[in-house]
Amino acid sequence: MHIMIKTEHLTKEYGGQKAVDDLDLQVDLGATFGFLGPNGAGKTTTIRILTTLTRPTSGRAWINGFDVVSESSEVKGEFGIVQQHLSLNRELTVRENLDLHARLHHLDRAERRERIDELLDYVDLLEYADHLIDRISGGMKRRVMIARALIHRPRLLILDEPTVGLDAQTRRRIWDLIRRMNSDGTTVFLTTHYIEEAEALCDRVGIIHQGHIISLGSPLELRRHLGLTTVELRSEGNNTEYRYFPDRTTAAKYVQTLPSSAENIVMRESNLEDVFVELTGRRVCE
Amino acid sequence: MIVMEAYAILWADLMVLKRRIGRYLTTTLISPVLYLVAFGWGLGRGISVDGASYFEFVVPGIIALTAMNSSFNGAGTRLNVDRLYFKSFDECLMAPISHLSLLLGKAMIGVVRGLISSIAFVMVALLISPAFSIGPLFLVSLLLTCLTFAFLGVLAALLARSHEDMATFGSLILLPMTFLGGTFFSVSQVPAALKLVLYALPLTHSSMCLRAAALDQSFPWGSLLAVGCFWLVFFIGCTLVLKRASV
Ligand SMILES: Nc1ncnc2c1ncn2[C@@H]1O[C@H](COP(=O)(O)OP(=O)(O)OP(=O)(O)O)[C@@H](O)[C@H]1O
Ligand SMILES: [Mg+2]
Repeated sequence: MHIMIKTEHLTKEYGGQKAVDDLDLQVDLGATFGFLGPNGAGKTTTIRILTTLTRPTSGRAWINGFDVVSESSEVKGEFGIVQQHLSLNRELTVRENLDLHARLHHLDRAERRERIDELLDYVDLLEYADHLIDRISGGMKRRVMIARALIHRPRLLILDEPTVGLDAQTRRRIWDLIRRMNSDGTTVFLTTHYIEEAEALCDRVGIIHQGHIISLGSPLELRRHLGLTTVELRSEGNNTEYRYFPDRTTAAKYVQTLPSSAENIVMRESNLEDVFVELTGRRVCE
Repeated sequence: MIVMEAYAILWADLMVLKRRIGRYLTTTLISPVLYLVAFGWGLGRGISVDGASYFEFVVPGIIALTAMNSSFNGAGTRLNVDRLYFKSFDECLMAPISHLSLLLGKAMIGVVRGLISSIAFVMVALLISPAFSIGPLFLVSLLLTCLTFAFLGVLAALLARSHEDMATFGSLILLPMTFLGGTFFSVSQVPAALKLVLYALPLTHSSMCLRAAALDQSFPWGSLLAVGCFWLVFFIGCTLVLKRASV
Protein backbone atom coordinates (compact mmCIF):
# COMPACT_ATOMS: atom_id res chain seq x y z
CA MET A 1 0.00 0.00 0.00
CA HIS A 2 1.14 3.50 -0.80
CA ILE A 3 2.31 5.53 2.21
CA MET A 4 1.64 9.27 2.44
CA ILE A 5 3.27 10.17 5.76
CA LYS A 6 5.94 8.21 7.56
CA THR A 7 8.09 9.12 10.54
CA GLU A 8 10.85 7.11 12.17
CA HIS A 9 12.17 7.88 15.66
CA LEU A 10 11.17 11.47 15.08
CA THR A 11 12.38 13.65 17.94
CA LYS A 12 12.34 17.37 18.57
CA GLU A 13 13.92 18.95 21.61
CA TYR A 14 13.49 22.49 22.80
CA GLY A 15 16.22 23.29 25.30
CA GLY A 16 16.46 19.70 26.54
CA GLN A 17 12.65 19.30 26.72
CA LYS A 18 11.33 16.75 24.26
CA ALA A 19 8.28 18.13 22.46
CA VAL A 20 8.23 15.12 20.14
CA ASP A 21 9.84 11.96 21.44
CA ASP A 22 10.78 9.01 19.25
CA LEU A 23 7.60 9.22 17.22
CA ASP A 24 6.81 6.47 14.72
CA LEU A 25 3.86 7.08 12.49
CA GLN A 26 2.44 5.95 9.21
CA VAL A 27 -0.49 7.35 7.27
CA ASP A 28 -1.65 5.54 4.16
CA LEU A 29 -2.71 7.18 0.95
CA GLY A 30 -6.39 8.10 1.00
CA ALA A 31 -6.79 7.82 4.76
CA THR A 32 -8.30 10.32 7.15
CA PHE A 33 -5.94 10.18 10.07
CA GLY A 34 -6.70 11.82 13.40
CA PHE A 35 -3.87 12.92 15.64
CA LEU A 36 -5.36 13.17 19.08
CA GLY A 37 -3.63 14.50 22.15
CA PRO A 38 -3.92 16.86 25.10
CA ASN A 39 -2.49 20.39 25.08
CA GLY A 40 1.25 20.41 24.68
CA ALA A 41 1.40 16.78 23.51
CA GLY A 42 3.48 17.67 20.47
CA LYS A 43 0.89 17.71 17.70
CA THR A 44 1.75 21.11 16.26
CA THR A 45 5.47 20.44 16.59
CA THR A 46 5.05 17.23 14.57
CA ILE A 47 3.16 19.15 11.92
CA ARG A 48 5.79 21.89 11.81
CA ILE A 49 8.40 19.23 11.12
CA LEU A 50 6.29 17.58 8.42
CA THR A 51 5.71 20.94 6.74
CA THR A 52 9.44 21.82 6.79
CA LEU A 53 9.04 24.81 9.13
CA THR A 54 11.05 23.13 11.89
CA ARG A 55 13.93 20.73 11.64
CA PRO A 56 13.85 17.57 13.76
CA THR A 57 16.54 17.10 16.40
CA SER A 58 16.83 13.48 15.29
CA GLY A 59 14.88 10.86 13.40
CA ARG A 60 13.38 11.20 9.95
CA ALA A 61 10.10 11.94 8.26
CA TRP A 62 8.83 11.52 4.72
CA ILE A 63 5.88 12.88 2.84
CA ASN A 64 4.92 10.85 -0.21
CA GLY A 65 8.41 9.37 -0.11
CA PHE A 66 10.26 12.70 0.05
CA ASP A 67 12.46 13.40 3.06
CA VAL A 68 11.23 16.54 4.82
CA VAL A 69 14.76 17.74 5.53
CA SER A 70 16.83 16.81 2.50
CA GLU A 71 14.05 17.05 -0.10
CA SER A 72 12.11 19.96 1.37
CA SER A 73 11.39 21.59 -2.00
CA GLU A 74 9.63 18.48 -3.27
CA VAL A 75 7.79 18.09 0.04
CA LYS A 76 6.46 21.65 -0.19
CA GLY A 77 4.51 20.82 -3.32
CA GLU A 78 2.82 17.77 -1.79
CA PHE A 79 0.79 19.18 1.06
CA GLY A 80 -1.71 21.90 1.80
CA ILE A 81 -1.97 23.10 5.37
CA VAL A 82 -4.46 24.81 7.63
CA GLN A 83 -2.49 25.99 10.62
CA GLN A 84 -3.76 26.09 14.18
CA HIS A 85 -3.63 29.87 14.35
CA LEU A 86 -4.91 32.24 11.70
CA SER A 87 -2.26 32.85 9.09
CA LEU A 88 -4.03 35.06 6.59
CA ASN A 89 -2.83 38.45 5.46
CA ARG A 90 -5.50 40.58 7.08
CA GLU A 91 -4.88 43.58 4.88
CA LEU A 92 -5.75 41.62 1.77
CA THR A 93 -9.14 40.44 0.57
CA VAL A 94 -10.27 36.83 0.56
CA ARG A 95 -9.56 36.53 -3.15
CA GLU A 96 -6.15 38.19 -2.87
CA ASN A 97 -5.10 35.80 -0.14
CA LEU A 98 -5.98 32.87 -2.36
CA ASP A 99 -4.38 34.51 -5.36
CA LEU A 100 -1.09 35.00 -3.52
CA HIS A 101 -1.02 31.36 -2.52
CA ALA A 102 -1.81 30.26 -6.08
CA ARG A 103 1.00 32.44 -7.41
CA LEU A 104 3.42 30.99 -4.90
CA HIS A 105 2.45 27.58 -6.22
CA HIS A 106 3.12 28.63 -9.81
CA LEU A 107 -0.43 28.49 -11.13
CA ASP A 108 -0.90 30.55 -14.28
CA ARG A 109 -3.44 33.33 -14.57
CA ALA A 110 -6.28 31.34 -16.12
CA GLU A 111 -5.78 28.46 -13.75
CA ARG A 112 -5.72 30.82 -10.79
CA ARG A 113 -8.98 32.47 -11.67
CA GLU A 114 -10.72 29.17 -12.28
CA ARG A 115 -9.40 27.51 -9.15
CA ILE A 116 -10.17 30.45 -6.86
CA ASP A 117 -13.77 30.69 -8.04
CA GLU A 118 -14.19 26.96 -7.81
CA LEU A 119 -12.86 26.83 -4.25
CA LEU A 120 -14.71 29.90 -3.03
CA ASP A 121 -17.81 28.18 -4.25
CA TYR A 122 -16.74 24.95 -2.55
CA VAL A 123 -16.40 26.67 0.83
CA ASP A 124 -19.43 28.87 0.17
CA LEU A 125 -17.66 32.21 0.22
CA LEU A 126 -18.12 33.49 -3.33
CA GLU A 127 -20.06 36.52 -2.20
CA TYR A 128 -17.32 37.45 0.27
CA ALA A 129 -14.52 37.21 -2.30
CA ASP A 130 -13.73 40.90 -2.21
CA HIS A 131 -14.07 41.44 1.53
CA LEU A 132 -11.00 42.20 3.57
CA ILE A 133 -10.07 39.35 5.92
CA ASP A 134 -10.57 41.65 8.90
CA ARG A 135 -14.21 42.09 7.94
CA ILE A 136 -15.31 38.44 7.94
CA SER A 137 -16.16 36.11 10.80
CA GLY A 138 -13.89 33.54 12.40
CA GLY A 139 -15.66 30.61 10.76
CA MET A 140 -15.28 32.25 7.36
CA LYS A 141 -11.58 32.84 7.99
CA ARG A 142 -11.17 29.12 8.71
CA ARG A 143 -12.93 28.31 5.47
CA VAL A 144 -10.68 30.73 3.59
CA MET A 145 -7.71 28.91 5.07
CA ILE A 146 -9.12 25.58 3.95
CA ALA A 147 -9.73 26.91 0.44
CA ARG A 148 -6.23 28.32 0.35
CA ALA A 149 -4.73 24.98 1.41
CA LEU A 150 -6.50 23.28 -1.50
CA ILE A 151 -5.69 25.67 -4.34
CA HIS A 152 -2.72 23.77 -5.70
CA ARG A 153 -4.56 20.43 -5.49
CA PRO A 154 -2.30 18.88 -2.84
CA ARG A 155 -2.49 15.15 -2.34
CA LEU A 156 -2.21 15.60 1.40
CA LEU A 157 -4.22 18.04 3.47
CA ILE A 158 -2.94 18.78 6.95
CA LEU A 159 -5.33 20.45 9.38
CA ASP A 160 -4.18 21.58 12.82
CA GLU A 161 -7.31 21.85 14.96
CA PRO A 162 -9.49 23.04 12.11
CA THR A 163 -12.61 23.70 14.14
CA VAL A 164 -11.30 25.25 17.33
CA GLY A 165 -13.47 28.10 18.52
CA LEU A 166 -16.21 27.59 15.92
CA ASP A 167 -19.92 27.19 16.55
CA ALA A 168 -21.63 23.82 16.07
CA GLN A 169 -23.08 24.61 12.64
CA THR A 170 -19.81 25.86 11.24
CA ARG A 171 -18.02 22.91 12.73
CA ARG A 172 -20.33 20.44 10.96
CA ARG A 173 -19.97 22.35 7.76
CA ILE A 174 -16.22 22.01 7.97
CA TRP A 175 -16.56 18.32 8.77
CA ASP A 176 -18.61 17.89 5.61
CA LEU A 177 -15.94 19.73 3.66
CA ILE A 178 -13.24 17.46 5.03
CA ARG A 179 -15.27 14.36 4.18
CA ARG A 180 -15.84 15.64 0.70
CA MET A 181 -12.16 16.30 0.14
CA ASN A 182 -11.30 12.87 1.39
CA SER A 183 -13.77 11.23 -0.95
CA ASP A 184 -12.22 13.26 -3.76
CA GLY A 185 -9.02 11.35 -3.04
CA THR A 186 -7.12 13.69 -0.74
CA THR A 187 -5.33 12.14 2.22
CA VAL A 188 -6.28 14.02 5.38
CA PHE A 189 -4.15 14.39 8.49
CA LEU A 190 -5.87 16.32 11.24
CA THR A 191 -5.17 17.09 14.84
CA THR A 192 -7.88 17.75 17.30
CA HIS A 193 -8.69 17.58 20.93
CA TYR A 194 -12.38 17.27 20.24
CA ILE A 195 -12.86 13.54 20.56
CA GLU A 196 -16.14 13.56 18.67
CA GLU A 197 -14.35 15.20 15.78
CA ALA A 198 -11.93 12.31 15.49
CA GLU A 199 -14.82 9.87 15.88
CA ALA A 200 -16.86 11.59 13.20
CA LEU A 201 -14.12 11.93 10.63
CA CYS A 202 -11.22 9.59 11.04
CA ASP A 203 -10.73 6.04 9.91
CA ARG A 204 -7.52 5.86 11.90
CA VAL A 205 -6.52 7.60 15.09
CA GLY A 206 -3.18 8.02 16.79
CA ILE A 207 -3.14 9.16 20.38
CA ILE A 208 -0.10 11.21 21.29
CA HIS A 209 0.95 11.99 24.82
CA GLN A 210 4.11 13.78 25.86
CA GLY A 211 5.55 13.41 22.40
CA HIS A 212 4.89 9.65 22.17
CA ILE A 213 2.30 7.75 20.18
CA ILE A 214 0.63 5.69 22.87
CA SER A 215 -2.08 4.10 20.78
CA LEU A 216 -2.83 3.65 17.13
CA GLY A 217 -5.74 2.12 15.24
CA SER A 218 -9.28 2.65 13.98
CA PRO A 219 -11.66 4.20 16.54
CA LEU A 220 -13.39 0.81 16.78
CA GLU A 221 -10.10 -1.02 17.35
CA LEU A 222 -9.13 1.39 20.10
CA ARG A 223 -12.52 1.08 21.78
CA ARG A 224 -12.43 -2.69 21.46
CA HIS A 225 -8.99 -2.73 22.98
CA LEU A 226 -10.29 -0.84 26.00
CA GLY A 227 -13.62 -2.74 26.15
CA LEU A 228 -16.72 -1.79 24.20
CA THR A 229 -18.90 -1.35 27.27
CA THR A 230 -18.26 1.09 30.09
CA VAL A 231 -19.72 0.96 33.57
CA GLU A 232 -19.66 4.19 35.54
CA LEU A 233 -19.95 3.95 39.30
CA ARG A 234 -20.70 7.22 41.01
CA SER A 235 -19.92 7.19 44.70
CA GLU A 236 -21.03 9.55 47.46
CA GLY A 237 -18.23 12.05 47.03
CA ASN A 238 -19.32 12.36 43.40
CA ASN A 239 -16.16 10.63 42.28
CA THR A 240 -16.80 8.49 39.29
CA GLU A 241 -15.06 5.19 38.75
CA TYR A 242 -14.93 3.65 35.31
CA ARG A 243 -14.78 -0.06 34.48
CA TYR A 244 -14.47 -1.43 30.97
CA PHE A 245 -15.87 -4.68 29.61
CA PRO A 246 -15.70 -6.43 26.24
CA ASP A 247 -19.51 -6.54 25.88
CA ARG A 248 -22.79 -5.78 27.61
CA THR A 249 -23.25 -9.30 28.97
CA THR A 250 -20.01 -9.29 30.92
CA ALA A 251 -20.71 -5.77 32.06
CA ALA A 252 -24.18 -6.74 33.24
CA LYS A 253 -22.78 -9.71 35.13
CA TYR A 254 -20.38 -7.39 36.89
CA VAL A 255 -23.11 -4.95 37.79
CA GLN A 256 -25.09 -7.77 39.40
CA THR A 257 -22.17 -8.59 41.68
CA LEU A 258 -22.25 -5.10 43.11
CA PRO A 259 -23.89 -4.66 46.52
CA SER A 260 -27.48 -3.51 46.16
CA SER A 261 -26.56 -0.43 48.18
CA ALA A 262 -24.43 0.70 45.27
CA GLU A 263 -25.46 4.17 44.22
CA ASN A 264 -25.50 5.48 40.76
CA ILE A 265 -24.57 2.97 38.12
CA VAL A 266 -24.53 3.74 34.42
CA MET A 267 -23.85 1.20 31.74
CA ARG A 268 -23.10 2.56 28.27
CA GLU A 269 -21.07 2.06 25.14
CA SER A 270 -17.42 3.07 25.43
CA ASN A 271 -16.32 5.96 23.32
CA LEU A 272 -13.04 7.34 22.13
CA GLU A 273 -12.97 9.75 25.02
CA ASP A 274 -12.80 6.82 27.45
CA VAL A 275 -9.86 5.46 25.52
CA PHE A 276 -8.21 8.82 25.51
CA VAL A 277 -8.69 9.48 29.20
CA GLU A 278 -7.56 5.99 30.19
CA LEU A 279 -4.42 6.31 28.11
CA THR A 280 -3.41 9.86 28.83
CA GLY A 281 -4.57 9.79 32.41
CA ARG A 282 -6.31 13.11 32.23
CA ARG A 283 -9.45 14.71 30.93
CA VAL A 284 -9.16 16.67 27.74
CA CYS A 285 -9.91 20.28 28.24
CA GLU A 286 -12.60 22.07 26.22
CA MET B 1 11.49 31.64 -12.23
CA ILE B 2 13.03 33.67 -9.43
CA VAL B 3 11.55 36.83 -10.93
CA MET B 4 8.07 35.31 -11.06
CA GLU B 5 8.29 34.00 -7.51
CA ALA B 6 9.64 37.26 -6.12
CA TYR B 7 6.94 39.15 -8.00
CA ALA B 8 4.24 36.97 -6.44
CA ILE B 9 5.38 38.12 -3.03
CA LEU B 10 5.79 41.73 -4.11
CA TRP B 11 2.35 41.62 -5.70
CA ALA B 12 0.65 41.00 -2.36
CA ASP B 13 2.45 43.91 -0.75
CA LEU B 14 1.63 46.13 -3.73
CA MET B 15 -2.07 45.35 -3.29
CA VAL B 16 -1.82 46.55 0.29
CA LEU B 17 0.03 49.69 -0.77
CA LYS B 18 -2.43 50.42 -3.57
CA ARG B 19 -5.27 50.47 -1.10
CA ARG B 20 -3.68 53.27 0.88
CA ILE B 21 -1.48 55.11 -1.56
CA GLY B 22 -2.99 58.52 -0.80
CA ARG B 23 -2.42 58.22 2.90
CA TYR B 24 1.03 56.82 2.28
CA LEU B 25 2.14 59.75 0.13
CA THR B 26 0.97 62.27 2.67
CA THR B 27 2.55 60.67 5.69
CA THR B 28 5.78 59.82 3.93
CA LEU B 29 6.32 63.46 2.93
CA ILE B 30 5.77 64.91 6.38
CA SER B 31 9.16 64.30 7.92
CA PRO B 32 11.37 65.20 4.91
CA VAL B 33 9.41 68.40 4.38
CA LEU B 34 9.78 69.26 8.06
CA TYR B 35 13.53 68.66 7.84
CA LEU B 36 13.62 70.83 4.74
CA VAL B 37 11.80 73.68 6.44
CA ALA B 38 13.73 73.47 9.71
CA PHE B 39 17.22 72.94 8.35
CA GLY B 40 17.05 74.21 4.77
CA TRP B 41 15.17 77.41 5.35
CA GLY B 42 15.33 77.95 9.06
CA LEU B 43 18.82 77.09 10.17
CA GLY B 44 20.70 77.15 6.91
CA ARG B 45 19.66 80.50 5.43
CA GLY B 46 22.76 82.36 4.28
CA ILE B 47 25.16 79.50 5.02
CA SER B 48 27.03 77.80 2.23
CA VAL B 49 28.71 74.40 2.37
CA ASP B 50 31.33 73.05 -0.06
CA GLY B 51 30.52 75.83 -2.53
CA ALA B 52 26.74 75.27 -2.63
CA SER B 53 23.99 77.04 -0.73
CA TYR B 54 22.94 75.13 2.36
CA PHE B 55 19.53 74.50 0.83
CA GLU B 56 21.10 72.88 -2.23
CA PHE B 57 23.42 70.98 0.06
CA VAL B 58 20.79 69.60 2.37
CA VAL B 59 18.15 68.47 -0.15
CA PRO B 60 20.12 65.48 -1.53
CA GLY B 61 20.91 64.51 2.06
CA ILE B 62 17.22 64.51 2.93
CA ILE B 63 16.55 62.44 -0.20
CA ALA B 64 19.04 59.85 1.02
CA LEU B 65 17.43 59.96 4.44
CA THR B 66 13.94 59.53 3.01
CA ALA B 67 15.10 56.64 0.85
CA MET B 68 16.69 55.01 3.88
CA ASN B 69 13.70 55.33 6.19
CA SER B 70 11.05 54.41 3.64
CA SER B 71 12.93 51.41 2.30
CA PHE B 72 13.86 50.12 5.73
CA ASN B 73 10.36 50.49 7.13
CA GLY B 74 8.68 49.56 3.87
CA ALA B 75 10.39 46.18 3.82
CA GLY B 76 11.05 45.69 7.53
CA THR B 77 7.74 46.69 9.04
CA ARG B 78 5.76 44.76 6.44
CA LEU B 79 7.77 41.63 7.00
CA ASN B 80 7.63 42.05 10.77
CA VAL B 81 3.83 42.27 10.64
CA ASP B 82 3.59 39.30 8.26
CA ARG B 83 5.88 37.22 10.38
CA LEU B 84 4.85 37.99 13.94
CA TYR B 85 1.34 39.40 13.69
CA PHE B 86 -0.41 37.87 10.68
CA LYS B 87 1.83 34.76 10.73
CA SER B 88 1.40 34.68 6.98
CA PHE B 89 5.16 34.57 6.44
CA ASP B 90 5.04 30.90 7.50
CA GLU B 91 2.85 30.29 4.47
CA CYS B 92 5.54 31.74 2.23
CA LEU B 93 8.15 29.56 3.93
CA MET B 94 6.03 26.48 3.21
CA ALA B 95 5.51 27.39 -0.43
CA PRO B 96 7.70 25.70 -3.04
CA ILE B 97 9.84 28.77 -3.78
CA SER B 98 13.51 29.42 -3.12
CA HIS B 99 14.83 31.47 -0.22
CA LEU B 100 16.36 33.81 -2.76
CA SER B 101 12.95 34.56 -4.30
CA LEU B 102 11.48 34.99 -0.86
CA LEU B 103 14.12 37.53 0.21
CA LEU B 104 13.99 39.44 -3.06
CA GLY B 105 10.21 39.58 -2.97
CA LYS B 106 10.13 40.81 0.60
CA ALA B 107 12.85 43.42 -0.05
CA MET B 108 11.23 44.69 -3.25
CA ILE B 109 8.32 46.35 -1.51
CA GLY B 110 10.89 48.37 0.45
CA VAL B 111 12.53 49.45 -2.78
CA VAL B 112 9.18 50.43 -4.26
CA ARG B 113 8.16 52.40 -1.19
CA GLY B 114 11.61 53.99 -0.94
CA LEU B 115 11.50 55.11 -4.57
CA ILE B 116 7.97 56.47 -4.29
CA SER B 117 8.81 58.46 -1.17
CA SER B 118 12.08 59.89 -2.39
CA ILE B 119 10.77 60.74 -5.83
CA ALA B 120 7.77 62.45 -4.27
CA PHE B 121 10.13 64.47 -2.12
CA VAL B 122 12.36 65.29 -5.11
CA MET B 123 9.29 66.76 -6.83
CA VAL B 124 8.50 68.89 -3.82
CA ALA B 125 12.12 70.08 -3.66
CA LEU B 126 12.17 70.82 -7.39
CA LEU B 127 9.10 73.00 -7.00
CA ILE B 128 10.94 75.08 -4.45
CA SER B 129 14.32 75.26 -6.12
CA PRO B 130 14.92 73.68 -9.53
CA ALA B 131 18.69 73.63 -9.13
CA PHE B 132 19.22 69.86 -9.18
CA SER B 133 20.22 67.60 -11.99
CA ILE B 134 18.53 64.23 -11.92
CA GLY B 135 20.69 62.05 -14.17
CA PRO B 136 21.44 58.35 -14.47
CA LEU B 137 24.06 58.47 -11.69
CA PHE B 138 21.52 60.01 -9.35
CA LEU B 139 18.98 57.32 -10.15
CA VAL B 140 21.50 54.51 -9.81
CA SER B 141 22.59 55.86 -6.43
CA LEU B 142 18.99 56.20 -5.32
CA LEU B 143 18.11 52.69 -6.42
CA LEU B 144 21.12 51.18 -4.72
CA THR B 145 20.34 53.11 -1.54
CA CYS B 146 16.78 51.80 -1.50
CA LEU B 147 17.93 48.26 -2.19
CA THR B 148 20.51 48.35 0.58
CA PHE B 149 18.20 49.68 3.25
CA ALA B 150 15.34 47.43 2.15
CA PHE B 151 17.59 44.44 2.78
CA LEU B 152 18.63 45.91 6.12
CA GLY B 153 14.92 46.11 6.93
CA VAL B 154 14.40 42.49 5.94
CA LEU B 155 17.38 41.48 8.05
CA ALA B 156 16.07 43.38 11.07
CA ALA B 157 12.60 41.86 10.64
CA LEU B 158 14.01 38.34 10.38
CA LEU B 159 16.01 38.85 13.55
CA ALA B 160 13.25 40.57 15.51
CA ARG B 161 11.43 38.52 18.10
CA SER B 162 8.82 41.18 18.75
CA HIS B 163 7.48 44.43 17.39
CA GLU B 164 9.50 46.28 20.00
CA ASP B 165 12.70 44.81 18.60
CA MET B 166 11.97 46.62 15.35
CA ALA B 167 11.52 49.91 17.15
CA THR B 168 14.72 49.33 19.11
CA PHE B 169 16.57 48.62 15.90
CA GLY B 170 15.24 51.87 14.50
CA SER B 171 16.43 53.96 17.42
CA LEU B 172 19.79 52.23 17.72
CA ILE B 173 20.75 52.16 14.06
CA LEU B 174 18.57 54.40 11.94
CA LEU B 175 18.18 57.40 14.23
CA PRO B 176 21.92 57.95 14.78
CA MET B 177 22.43 57.58 11.03
CA THR B 178 19.76 60.19 10.38
CA PHE B 179 21.81 62.83 12.11
CA LEU B 180 25.31 61.55 11.47
CA GLY B 181 25.07 60.15 7.95
CA GLY B 182 26.23 63.27 6.12
CA THR B 183 22.70 64.55 5.77
CA PHE B 184 22.86 67.88 7.50
CA PHE B 185 26.60 68.62 7.48
CA SER B 186 29.51 67.83 5.24
CA VAL B 187 31.72 64.93 6.28
CA SER B 188 34.70 66.95 5.06
CA GLN B 189 34.19 69.38 7.96
CA VAL B 190 34.55 66.90 10.85
CA PRO B 191 37.76 65.78 12.64
CA ALA B 192 39.58 62.78 11.21
CA ALA B 193 38.63 60.34 13.99
CA LEU B 194 34.92 61.09 13.68
CA LYS B 195 35.24 60.86 9.92
CA LEU B 196 36.20 57.20 10.26
CA VAL B 197 33.05 56.53 12.25
CA LEU B 198 30.90 58.37 9.73
CA TYR B 199 32.38 56.41 6.85
CA ALA B 200 31.29 53.21 8.58
CA LEU B 201 27.65 54.25 8.09
CA PRO B 202 26.01 53.29 4.79
CA LEU B 203 23.91 56.45 4.79
CA THR B 204 27.03 58.64 4.67
CA HIS B 205 28.02 57.06 1.38
CA SER B 206 24.50 57.27 -0.01
CA SER B 207 24.29 60.98 0.85
CA MET B 208 27.65 61.63 -0.78
CA CYS B 209 26.68 59.84 -3.99
CA LEU B 210 23.27 61.49 -4.25
CA ARG B 211 24.68 64.92 -3.43
CA ALA B 212 27.52 64.72 -5.93
CA ALA B 213 25.13 63.51 -8.64
CA ALA B 214 22.50 66.14 -7.89
CA LEU B 215 24.94 69.04 -7.70
CA ASP B 216 27.10 67.91 -10.64
CA GLN B 217 30.17 67.54 -8.46
CA SER B 218 32.83 64.91 -9.11
CA PHE B 219 31.22 61.55 -8.39
CA PRO B 220 32.53 59.49 -5.43
CA TRP B 221 32.72 56.06 -7.08
CA GLY B 222 34.30 54.61 -3.95
CA SER B 223 31.20 55.53 -1.97
CA LEU B 224 28.92 53.90 -4.54
CA LEU B 225 31.03 50.77 -4.20
CA ALA B 226 30.77 51.05 -0.41
CA VAL B 227 26.96 51.15 -0.58
CA GLY B 228 27.13 48.08 -2.83
CA CYS B 229 29.27 46.30 -0.23
CA PHE B 230 26.82 47.16 2.53
CA TRP B 231 24.05 45.70 0.38
CA LEU B 232 26.04 42.52 -0.11
CA VAL B 233 26.66 42.17 3.62
CA PHE B 234 22.97 42.69 4.45
CA PHE B 235 21.96 40.26 1.74
CA ILE B 236 24.29 37.54 2.98
CA GLY B 237 23.08 38.24 6.52
CA CYS B 238 19.47 37.69 5.41
CA THR B 239 20.34 34.42 3.69
CA LEU B 240 22.10 33.07 6.77
CA VAL B 241 19.36 34.12 9.17
CA LEU B 242 16.68 32.59 6.98
CA LYS B 243 18.59 29.33 6.78
CA ARG B 244 18.98 29.28 10.55
CA ALA B 245 15.33 30.25 11.10
CA SER B 246 13.95 26.77 10.40
CA VAL B 247 15.66 25.12 13.36
N1 LIG C 1 9.38 27.12 19.67
C1 LIG C 1 9.31 26.45 20.83
N2 LIG C 1 10.21 26.67 21.80
C2 LIG C 1 10.17 26.00 22.96
N3 LIG C 1 9.24 25.10 23.28
C3 LIG C 1 8.29 24.82 22.37
C4 LIG C 1 8.27 25.49 21.11
N4 LIG C 1 7.22 25.02 20.40
C5 LIG C 1 6.61 24.11 21.20
N5 LIG C 1 7.24 23.99 22.37
C6 LIG C 1 6.87 23.07 23.46
O1 LIG C 1 6.69 21.79 22.92
C7 LIG C 1 5.59 21.12 23.51
C8 LIG C 1 4.64 20.63 22.45
O2 LIG C 1 3.99 21.75 21.87
P1 LIG C 1 2.97 21.63 20.67
O3 LIG C 1 2.61 22.99 20.25
O4 LIG C 1 3.52 20.72 19.65
O5 LIG C 1 1.72 20.93 21.39
P2 LIG C 1 0.26 20.63 20.79
O6 LIG C 1 0.05 19.18 20.93
O7 LIG C 1 0.12 21.22 19.44
O8 LIG C 1 -0.65 21.39 21.84
P3 LIG C 1 -2.03 22.18 21.62
O9 LIG C 1 -3.10 21.15 21.67
O10 LIG C 1 -2.11 23.07 22.80
O11 LIG C 1 -1.94 22.89 20.34
C9 LIG C 1 4.97 22.10 24.50
O12 LIG C 1 5.42 21.75 25.79
C10 LIG C 1 5.53 23.44 24.08
O13 LIG C 1 5.70 24.25 25.20
MG1 LIG D 1 -1.08 22.61 18.62
